[in-house]
Order: sequence, then C-alpha cells, then structure tokens
Amino acid sequence: MDKLKKLLPPLAVVVLLVAVWWIVVVESESVIFPTPWQVATGTYELIEQGTLWGHIGASLFRVGTGFFLAISIGVPLGLLMGWVAGAFTTINPIVQILRPISPIAWIPLSILWFGVGDVSPIFLIFLSSVFPIVVQTTAGVHTIERQYLRAAENFGVKRLKLFLQVVIPAVLPQIIIGMRVSLGVAWLVVVAAEMIALRSGLGYLIIDSRNAGNRYDLVIAGMVIIGLTGLLLDGSMRRLERLKMVRWKYAR
Amino acid sequence: MHADLAFRKSCENVVADKNPPMVVAYQGPMHAKLAVSRITKSYVTDKGLLPVIGGIDFGVGDGEFVAIVGPSGCGKTTLMNIIAGFDRPDEGQVLVDGVPRDGPNAKGIVISQQGSVFPWLTVQRNMMFGLSGDGDNEALADHYLELVGLKGFEKSYPHELSGGMLKRVELARALVVKPDILYMDEPLSALDALTNLRMRTELLRILAKERHTVLLITHDVEEALHMADRVLVLSSRPTMIQARFEVPYPHPRKLSSPELQTLKESILRELGL
Repeated sequence: MDKLKKLLPPLAVVVLLVAVWWIVVVESESVIFPTPWQVATGTYELIEQGTLWGHIGASLFRVGTGFFLAISIGVPLGLLMGWVAGAFTTINPIVQILRPISPIAWIPLSILWFGVGDVSPIFLIFLSSVFPIVVQTTAGVHTIERQYLRAAENFGVKRLKLFLQVVIPAVLPQIIIGMRVSLGVAWLVVVAAEMIALRSGLGYLIIDSRNAGNRYDLVIAGMVIIGLTGLLLDGSMRRLERLKMVRWKYAR
Repeated sequence: MHADLAFRKSCENVVADKNPPMVVAYQGPMHAKLAVSRITKSYVTDKGLLPVIGGIDFGVGDGEFVAIVGPSGCGKTTLMNIIAGFDRPDEGQVLVDGVPRDGPNAKGIVISQQGSVFPWLTVQRNMMFGLSGDGDNEALADHYLELVGLKGFEKSYPHELSGGMLKRVELARALVVKPDILYMDEPLSALDALTNLRMRTELLRILAKERHTVLLITHDVEEALHMADRVLVLSSRPTMIQARFEVPYPHPRKLSSPELQTLKESILRELGL
C-alpha cells in the first residue's frame, strides 16, 4: 500500500506527459510524428515479428561485455592509482586527457581497428564506461579514513590482509557508485555505439527505422525501451548498495 | 644466581596465575613498562618551525594507569602518536620494556576518539581482525565480547550499534589480542555524559580483571581522576609536563570525596582555571 502511494505521483506525471503528447499530435495533425498509440502498435509489431528481443539482447550483450571489461580493468587500475602515489602521478594525466573525448569521436578509429562487427560497439562502450569507474575507485582509496588504516597497522596485519580486509571493503561503496555511473554511461552510448553495428541492437533499430521508411513510431519505441531498460539496470545496481557490508557509507 | 632468578620468575608466574591482579605502580625508568625520554617534536608550517612538544619525560609502570591531561591543542595527540609508534620524535625516544620503539605493533593498541571499528565487518569479524590463524579465534572473540557485555551482537554490523556499544567493541577488539599497553586518546570524548560515566565504570571493571598498563590522554580532569593512578598535567604548546599528581585512592572512587575534589581543584589550577 505504501509502495503504491510512492508510485502514484511519478505515474501521474508519466500519464500526463503521454496525454499532452497525444493531444499535441492530434491537434497539430502531424502526418509524420506518431501518437502514443501508434508507438504502442509499432512495438507490438516488433514483438510479433520477434525482432524486438533480438535487438534488446544484442544491446544488452554489447553493453554487458563493454561494462564487464571496464570494471575488470577500471577497478584494479583505480586501486593501483589510489594506493601507489607514483602510479597516480604517472597515469592520472593520461586518464584526464582521454576522459573528455566523446566515444563518438572514436568511431572512425574504432571502425579502422575493429571493423563493423560486435567489437567496435563493445570497444566504444568500454571506453565510455571505464573512466568513471577508474576515477571513482581512485578517489575512494584516497578518502579511506586514516583511523582504519592505522588500526590495521596497529594490529600488525600482513599487506595482503590489509588490502583484502581494509582497503577493498573501505573502497567498495565508492566502487559500487562508480559501477552505477559506468553502467549508466555505457547504456547511454549504446545508440551511438550501435550506429556502426550490423543489423542488431536498439541503436541500430532506431537508426534503421529512420533510414528505411521514416518509421518514427519505431524510433520512439526504441527510445522508450532504452529508457525503461536503463531504469531496470540502474535498479539492479542500486540493489548492491543495500548490501550490509557497504551500507555504512550511504546511511549517513 | 641463575637458579635464583629462575626461581623468582616461576614464583611470579604462580602469583600472576593464581591471584587476582595486583596493581603495583613502579616508578622510574629502570622498571618502567613504558619509558618516554626527552621527546621533542616540531612541525614545519608556512610560518616556519612550530614546536609542538618541548621535551617530555615520564615512565609508566607495569599495570599502572597514567592519565595525561592538558589544554586543547597542546599537542596531546601528537604525543600519543609518537608514543604509540605512528610518528617519530625529533629528539628523544620511547622505550617499551627497555626496547626503543620502532613503529606501531599489537603489543600496544590505540583506542582513539574517532573510533576505528571497521564498519564493513560484523562485530565478530572485527574482533577476530587482529588475531592470526591458530587457535579458536571465534571462542576468544566471543569471550571478550561477553566481557564487555555485548554477547548476542556478534553478527551485527557497527552501524546497527550505538556509540557506547561501538566503544565497547573497540575495547574488546583491543583486549582480545592481549596487548601489554592500552593507549587511549580521548576514548570517551565523543560519548554523551551519561554513557561516558558508564563506560568509565565498565573500563575499571574490565581493567581489574585483565590488568593492563594504560596510558590515557584526555581533557576531562574528572575522567582522569576517576580512573588513573597518576595524572600528568601538560602545559600549552610547546608542551611539557607541568605538574604530576598521585591519585592513591582505591576503586571505586567517589568523585565528590573531599580528597578528590581538592586534587581536581589543584589540577584545574595548573590548567589555569
């Protein structure tokens, strides 16, 4: 009941927006811009054809792979940069230079290196999502409260134990925040990354629907599905924040 | 000669094992558990050299409870960091059992104001953090948790406990590694007045059982008088020991007793109040 109460206001906003959209399209007698109903039937058409799940699956696969690569490289790199001062001064400048370059700018190079298969979009997604996790992890190590490191030193624990039982758990809440940001960015660039993809993915669906017959209902359907999937992905990352061993950081 | 020594040693062991802990306050660096000798420390700042500690000398006997009080900002924490091995003095040295201190170790555990119970570990895992592999660590951890009155909270996370309970965990985690010396840097200052008082009594009860050497740094004169065998008063920066007071009264002490009130006034006078 309480959940329903919380859900009601945002739901009302969505209903209101859809209503305004519908009214504006009908009133302006637009021939090309679809009504919500047309978007719904367009989506149903994709489900009927059986292509929708394929597109979603392809996008999720690319984002998942790129994101996984970003985490498996970004977290260790961030820990290294945070823990070893020399590594930070050596690597941080190049990170800061590469970070502001939009993944779109990498598209030509990506095609040159990897062609137009699955690797290119995965590479672009990796590029966009690796930097947030590196930056967040590094900052996490830098802000470990001193008293915890001191206590560990006081008890005379070995380096490995210090790293596994103090440094990593102390940074874990920040890593999870970094992962959330990273996954958000990864999903954000999926359309751009799939502009060069072959025949699958939600990004491809949007570009292709526009190019092959001005199917704006399918363009919007693609957009809505990207939005909803992003919401689900973020929700699943949020669940990680509820783990008891990281809750201490967010509770305050 | 040798046999004599060995005999005496075995006697001491028997005494230590069979009898309740005896509090014997040794004096002088020869017998001191902890000897702080002619320590100075300055920091380099933008405005030049800032002398913080201007030469400090004292000893703490085995099993003795010494409190250091001083005005805020006088360099108490710097002094504690040096004594516990986290910082190096410019001059002088710290001897533990006659051996110069070189860095922190588990023979002397620091309990500080901020608290350092790891929030990502359960109470029990915190307790076992300083214990190495062999032996039944879990039983040992549980024993000390019970000692501080936290049986039943083994699986709790620190953020589920109150400030006073956290202090107990920290104390128990220190005791479980059986340190020779407890270094307490304003351990109770972050607690509310009532919890502070309750923790003092608890601390005394536990110390009576466990017999540790304790060095307490505090700005609370009553706290010092309540627990310590001896109180050292520090001057303002660069800090030196300005006065030493014996507190030769048995526990439990009544702070309202005339002797302690007189002592309190003398100490406050030293602090300029």
